[in-house]
Amino acid sequence: MKKGVPLVVHGNVVLQADDIRRALKRIAHEIVESSKGSSDLVLLGIPTRGAILATRLAATLESIEPGCASVGTLDVTMYRDDLGRQPTRATHPTSIPDGGIDGKTVVLVDDVLMSGRTIRAALDAVAAIGRPKAVRLAVLVDRGHRELPIRADFVGKNLPSATSERIHVRLHEIDGNEEVAIQ
Amino acid sequence: MRHLLTTQTLPRDAAIAILDTAEDMAAVSGREVKKLPTLRGRTVVNLFVEDSTRTRISFEVAAKRLSADVINFSAKGSSLSKGESLKDTARTLHAMGADGVVIRHPASGAPHTLAHAGWIDAGVVNAGDGAHEHPTQALLDAFTIRRRLHGEASRGQGLDGVTVTIVGDVLHSRVARSNLWLLRTLGAEVRFVAPATLLPYGTASWPVTVGVDLDAAIADGPDVLMMLRIQHERMHAAYFPSEREYARQWGLTDARLARLPARTMVMHPGPMNRGLEISAAAADSPQSTVLDQVANGVSVRMSVLYHLLATGEAS
Repeated sequence: MKKGVPLVVHGNVVLQADDIRRALKRIAHEIVESSKGSSDLVLLGIPTRGAILATRLAATLESIEPGCASVGTLDVTMYRDDLGRQPTRATHPTSIPDGGIDGKTVVLVDDVLMSGRTIRAALDAVAAIGRPKAVRLAVLVDRGHRELPIRADFVGKNLPSATSERIHVRLHEIDGNEEVAIQ
Repeated sequence: MRHLLTTQTLPRDAAIAILDTAEDMAAVSGREVKKLPTLRGRTVVNLFVEDSTRTRISFEVAAKRLSADVINFSAKGSSLSKGESLKDTARTLHAMGADGVVIRHPASGAPHTLAHAGWIDAGVVNAGDGAHEHPTQALLDAFTIRRRLHGEASRGQGLDGVTVTIVGDVLHSRVARSNLWLLRTLGAEVRFVAPATLLPYGTASWPVTVGVDLDAAIADGPDVLMMLRIQHERMHAAYFPSEREYARQWGLTDARLARLPARTMVMHPGPMNRGLEISAAAADSPQSTVLDQVANGVSVRMSVLYHLLATGEAS
């Protein structure tokens, strides 16, 4: 396995707290490396868990290269293409760092990448806010099953899975424990 | 939620969900691109059988910011003035494929009939029916109060323990009724102050305390003082001797404004009769939320349209 952390199977848990921490640290280093020393990174987390991961990534980036990144959250609910197919979704606040995103490199952060539809919505949401120099994508878990031509630039763990399986990302801040589990 | 017809049966969690979404909609209004693609391809009809400017414009802006197509249908200059029945109008709108109908009607209960008679399968929003209800006004008032009290930390909050005094023409006021039910649901204490002639029959069985003396109500220092408009168009009987007497007894005069605690919000659903129910100084004071109410109206109506129209059965 070239990318990602070693698979530690613990019941149906695929990533434990330490694995998640190491994966985020590696993603942070990759982001710094790919940005080639520029300090115009804007991390935008997609609520709810993507926003938490973005905050953690920003803290790690700060320790690697102080001042290189700012962080915000981007709610994509209003841009989704499946609103008419399910009960009303709750919306979340969007917060964009003071400098805006024009001319910056935006890194979208989410927990699980599957169909790519959330990221499609996020790209529309970004376009409504400004015109970044580039948009990158960082995800903790990529489980395949893409329905759109979208790929992640930074991946914590590739997790090939059946469509019938469910991936649960649980984070301290809202779930009380820290793991990625497959069901 | 399929329709928004009344606040009386609106559950607390649904009301708070609408107010929370309105917070996010308010953020969109501050952006350069004040538009969301959420209701693209949906059609919203503003069916205004009774005159209105601000409510209609507010709904129109709200629907357009969500990318819906908006059709304005008002009584004047339409088939309604030729005597078309509500049923035929509804069937016409249905044939045109309306997804949502925002209706204002002089007859109490018209939105309910429109929603439940089976003439149309669009979501119906009551934008004021007779002296019955005006739910989006109550929601925007609650939103305004919540924002003034909690600011950025408004999300998820109710209005528990907030004291609201509603003053004036309660008899003809759908705003007062909708506010009473919603504010009670959110945990607030409501008091009506009005001349006995302008109190509806049956308030004794409503969850509200009723008084006649505005000065006593002001001395109690409510968190919110909501002044209702004297509705000249509905004043077909001698409800009070003269406008001057009304202003003296139940108007928010400069003297009463001075006695009001600094934290008390002064609200008015508009349009205001300056010098009658509210003095110019009170209307323009920092305590006044009148312009906030107008701005928040768009956010709240966007939220209501989102909750009604951007939804479907789980596939």
